[in-house]
Amino acid sequence: MLTIGLTHYLVLSAIVFTIGLYGALSKRNAVVILMSIELMFNAVNIAFVAVSRFLPPTAGSPPINLSGQVFALFVITVAAAEASVALAIILAIYRARKTVSIDDLNLMKW
Amino acid sequence: MLWLVPALPLLAFVLITAFLRRPQMLAAYVSILAIAISFVISLATLFRGMSAPAGWRVESIVPFFTIGPMRVELSTFVDGLGAVMLVVVTLVSMLVQIYSTGYMVEHGEMDPGFSRFFSYLSLFTCSMLLLVLANNFFQLFVGWELVGLCSYLLVGFWYFKPEAADAAKKAFITTRFGDLGFLIGILFVFAFTQSFSFADVTEAVKSNAIPPTWLTVTMVLLFCGAIGKSAQFPLHVWLPDAMEGPTPVSALIHAATMVAAGVYMVARLFELFESAPTAAAVVAWIGGITAIFAATHGLVMRDIKRVLAYSTVSQLGYMMMALGVGGLAAGTFHLTTHAFFKALLFLGSGSVIHGSGVQDMFFLGGLGRRMPITKWTFLVGSLALAGVFPFAGFWSKDDILSSAFNSGNYALGVIGIVTAFMTAFYIFRAYFLTFSGEPRPDWVDPDVFHGADAPKPMIDVAHADPVAAVAYEPNAYYAATHGPAGDPHAAHAELAHAEAASAHQGAGTEASSAAEHGAAHGGHGHLARGAHLAHESGPAMTLPLVVLAIFATFVGFVGAPQAGNPFGRFVTGETAAEGMNYALAGGTLILALIAIFWAWSWYGRGAFVREPLTALGPVYVMVARRYYLDDLYNWMIGVFILGFSQVLAWFDKNVVDGVVNLVGWITRVIGDAISRTETGREPNYALAVFGGIAVIVFVLLNYAVVR
Repeated sequence: MLTIGLTHYLVLSAIVFTIGLYGALSKRNAVVILMSIELMFNAVNIAFVAVSRFLPPTAGSPPINLSGQVFALFVITVAAAEASVALAIILAIYRARKTVSIDDLNLMKW
Repeated sequence: MLWLVPALPLLAFVLITAFLRRPQMLAAYVSILAIAISFVISLATLFRGMSAPAGWRVESIVPFFTIGPMRVELSTFVDGLGAVMLVVVTLVSMLVQIYSTGYMVEHGEMDPGFSRFFSYLSLFTCSMLLLVLANNFFQLFVGWELVGLCSYLLVGFWYFKPEAADAAKKAFITTRFGDLGFLIGILFVFAFTQSFSFADVTEAVKSNAIPPTWLTVTMVLLFCGAIGKSAQFPLHVWLPDAMEGPTPVSALIHAATMVAAGVYMVARLFELFESAPTAAAVVAWIGGITAIFAATHGLVMRDIKRVLAYSTVSQLGYMMMALGVGGLAAGTFHLTTHAFFKALLFLGSGSVIHGSGVQDMFFLGGLGRRMPITKWTFLVGSLALAGVFPFAGFWSKDDILSSAFNSGNYALGVIGIVTAFMTAFYIFRAYFLTFSGEPRPDWVDPDVFHGADAPKPMIDVAHADPVAAVAYEPNAYYAATHGPAGDPHAAHAELAHAEAASAHQGAGTEASSAAEHGAAHGGHGHLARGAHLAHESGPAMTLPLVVLAIFATFVGFVGAPQAGNPFGRFVTGETAAEGMNYALAGGTLILALIAIFWAWSWYGRGAFVREPLTALGPVYVMVARRYYLDDLYNWMIGVFILGFSQVLAWFDKNVVDGVVNLVGWITRVIGDAISRTETGREPNYALAVFGGIAVIVFVLLNYAVVR
């Protein structure tokens, strides 16, 4: 019988992260890039929670090591904030330039 | 107590500079009071030293600073030599300051820089005392540079006069050439002995810590300082120009401070020079050459102060010669006596200038009746300088000549005798031209021909020397530039002077004589005067003259061989005294009297019409142009310094700037290349960030230390 262990979670996390990375690096639409970044966040969250569940508690700590889960909560919070700021920026850019394609947003070069 | 000696003048300087710009007379009193107390302390020290056994010395030290192994101390160090110098410096300085309260007041109007003048005088004295009290090279050098600074300030005291400003710069820069050698010498001494203290260095030299060759080099370098400071050949050129300063300053520089510093330094380091015979020979020969060389200048100068200036150069050469041949007592004795009679002569000439407003002796004359005190005291000074028995110069000059002959340096001895002859001649030329006969305010040079077809006289070149040719009056100039407005006479006199100066430089024959006439007449203005209007100076000026005259008469006896030369024993600490060489003394005395008679027959007997020395023709011109040394220096500066500067300028423009530009160019090119990576596309940046993280993770996983 297949037991779902830490390895499975970590492999899942890696796959999701890689998909997110690929999306963030290759897509042109700013909104899609934002979504890809969200994927990466969630991949990390999976890894945090899994590791938190499977690692043995250290001496003097509670029976279950909670710091990974707490971290995941923080990441969700920060991701929410990040998403709102990023969407606001994208909206502002769209209003100014009538596009959200990052190929047209190359003002930051030399 | 001894530290008060330099501290009081310093205090006076600070007080005057900070608080006493007005009232001006108070500044003078503060300054004189400070120096008077210093003088009393010095005198007490001298008497204490004289009653003490031989080898007496007083030394106290305050640590100044420490850098690594180098400990620098401030000292008050006095032995026989130092005590004598202290008294000479403070006494002459005090008399000069008293004199200045008269000299710096023209027709009841004080010089606007009156209190500034006294603050400088105080600083000058303080610097010299600091130098005299040094027991180490460091303090010596500090005092050394300070007197240089003060001479700059005082020579350029009338800084609005271009000549004075130039002379000040010349004095400062010329002595700086010597100071460079002096500084290198001091650093050599420290490199070899790890100490600045005279005692340590002498000890080290006696135990042969310095290789003889290097010792010679070091001593010659140290002597370079004295060449500059004491105006020895070939760096003597600044001293005659330093006459642009007020006359009391000249007296101070020439008698007690500035130029005495070089001689004092050589005397102080006498044992070191003795250990390096080659260096001592250099000292002796430079001294001898300077003595006779400068004396020839004295023969032809027309400006009374310049005669005295070259006389000082010559006498300093005498002292150096004495020290070089091993006559420590003789050299310092002459330094002492010379301080008195040269100060006397300078203050006397100052009195003449103050009373008549004329410096060119050819326009003077007949002042003896109008300025009796000045005349008699000047006569005393002249006799002392000429070396006539029993005046001071006789004893010290004889001491020097006999030490030259006793040491076997016959050539130097003969040079000394010839110099003594010339000295007697030129000082009495000056005396007779100034004080005997009738005033010559309208004197016209008979050698300047009139008419266009007149042969171009050689003499004109000599007279083209604007300094010698123009009867220059600092006080008149001063009044003209700074006097109350609406004083047309003074302004007119000044104008005539300016014309005379420019015409002379042009060396035109007719214009020259006409302008010269104008210059003489210019002296008839309201403030500017002529010899026929001269008056005796006030008591503030005549009192120092009389005091100095007394010293110039009697101070020589303290070094009389018949009395066992108490001066020499006190200064050198040696007990053996040499007897007098009566043949030598008598011979030089007779020579001096012949020279005086000669001077009288040319300049004192009849009315002065023309300079008999012009019969020498080209020789006269050459000497009057100061052997073209100034021209040579100008030429050398033009060719070498400016040429070298141009090479350096090229190097700076092309090589130094080139390197800088190259660096800028490289930076720009690299920046251009790197900026191409900035595409402005976010995915590229993100990829770079991710790539970077990947590398870091890879490295950490493979190489991080696992605990």
